[in-house]
Amino acid sequence: MSVKKKSVPSYRSIDKACTGIQGLDDITHGGLPAGRPTLVSGGPGSGKTLLGVSFLVEGAQRYHEPGVLLTFEENAEELAADVRSLGYDLDKLVAEGKLLIDYVHVDRSEIEETGEYDLEGLFVRLDHAIKQVGARRVMLDTIETLFGGLKDTGILRAELRRLFRWLRDKKMTTIVTAERGEQLFTRQGLEEYITDAVISLDHRVHDQISTRRIRVVKYRGSTHGTNEYPFLIDRDGITVLPVTSLLLEHEAPSSRISSGLPELDGMLGGQGFYRASTVLMSGTAGTGKTTLSAHFVNAACARGEKCLYFLFEESPQQMIRNMASAGIDLKRWVDKGLLVFHADRPSRHGLETHLVEMHHAVEINDPDVVVMDPVTNLMAVGTTADVRSMLTRVIDYLKTRGITAMFTSLTTPTQSLEHTEAMISSLMDTWILVAIESIDRQRTRNLYVLKSRGMPHSDEVRPFRFTSKGITLLPPASTSAAAPARAKRKSRGKAGRKSGSRS
Amino acid sequence: MSPATDKWDLRLYVAGQTPKAGRAFANLRKICEEHLAGRYSIEVIDLVENPALGRGDQILALPTLVRKLPTPIKKIIGDLSNTERVLVGLDLRPRRASA
Repeated sequence: MSVKKKSVPSYRSIDKACTGIQGLDDITHGGLPAGRPTLVSGGPGSGKTLLGVSFLVEGAQRYHEPGVLLTFEENAEELAADVRSLGYDLDKLVAEGKLLIDYVHVDRSEIEETGEYDLEGLFVRLDHAIKQVGARRVMLDTIETLFGGLKDTGILRAELRRLFRWLRDKKMTTIVTAERGEQLFTRQGLEEYITDAVISLDHRVHDQISTRRIRVVKYRGSTHGTNEYPFLIDRDGITVLPVTSLLLEHEAPSSRISSGLPELDGMLGGQGFYRASTVLMSGTAGTGKTTLSAHFVNAACARGEKCLYFLFEESPQQMIRNMASAGIDLKRWVDKGLLVFHADRPSRHGLETHLVEMHHAVEINDPDVVVMDPVTNLMAVGTTADVRSMLTRVIDYLKTRGITAMFTSLTTPTQSLEHTEAMISSLMDTWILVAIESIDRQRTRNLYVLKSRGMPHSDEVRPFRFTSKGITLLPPASTSAAAPARAKRKSRGKAGRKSGSRS
Repeated sequence: MSPATDKWDLRLYVAGQTPKAGRAFANLRKICEEHLAGRYSIEVIDLVENPALGRGDQILALPTLVRKLPTPIKKIIGDLSNTERVLVGLDLRPRRASA
């Protein structure tokens, strides 16, 4: 058994073999049952093979457990190409003697059956392969193919039962992949023989958006997460996201972080936001939300902190160009590697996948500051409740990592602000509103702090202006020192007719 | 049918000296003597002794008879107890629709 880097719960019951797949070891509380077979079932294209190969590759690379892959699929070259796209070099592992791949090919048309036989040849081959590399892990992908190659299913079933028993006797940690049947987890009812652990993969399309999910159906002798968890397959392999185990127990640092605008810091008790807190920046189109975020990011990068900026509307190039014209040079931070953009169309995948991708991007970049602009675009992808639940998870995750997060929110002039944002504003520690107000035929942009938990904050309405060096807050004007509620109402009426000039 | 000069190259894969392997070999000898007298050779490969050889001919079930020559390669699995099926499998008898 090998050591896992992250916290493995202390109530581990049986010996487990880490899969090395991010998140899967968390929901299985330590990995697959060591020395026993696990059934991985799913429909076509659900990621069974990639999961199994990851298990073998990680075993060989990280846990010093060589592996044998016995593949019954016909497209052997495709397999190598598929996993290469995940950054796995099977050829190298094979050359190093850490992995052995045996392609088993059965073609019913080539074979005549007469009289009694058994599958001892398969046993001999597997045994030989195991001895050659000193394997501790085995993957059978997809052994049910044999049912198409051999006519005598009676012999086949008896031999498969013997095979799984044999693998258990050899103490091989095994993944057996199978195509999901109509009623059962597998077409041929393999779950009858493999009773230690069953994992089910699923690839669902809802509203034309697909999400991959994984569920530990059964795990004998161990506790495990029972929910369906979203997972992602990308160039970094498989990532499973255990999303529901998060508790409200993150640290609450009392250190502060500048908003990037001294005047705004002044409105926030003189020191800006709390670190690891959440900031909502909302307003109608063209009020300057993105520019305010850029100030925040610019200041963080100037301090040498790392920023991750999620764009749901613009491309990074567009953002950099627009901010340059507003007097904020973001390109230098990108060049220095301090600022990373992650641009994605909200409609490209479901919320769960977005969630996984965000986690992934945060894991890789390890930022101090995260911005999501505009977070409201995600609402097009899911229901209000779904978006809220997803944001809750994102925020919990960011807070646990001590990341300060800013979310911009685009409010539409026709909707009531309280309604649109009631669902997300409660998740935010600080809420800043920017609005356009028209007085004497001139439009003025105003900013105010609606709330900021745990600190004294200003009640002022501060007009602001775009200058050659970004945004400058002006002293509160006597004419516009009206109550926020009134300002909001007015701004909505006007902004509806006249669209904003800059966002 | 095949000309008499044809050389028949047959391999019988087994794993150890099991009753099934013994039956298969005896059945094969009998069939060859009756139908291919003088123009066949049988090589018996014991995978217990040579496990690496199983991969080349894609051996899974045992016993397996492989016809290496004449081409194309044919495989017959089982103890070869059904002579009719063996002859069909080796192309020594035409395949019948009802078989």
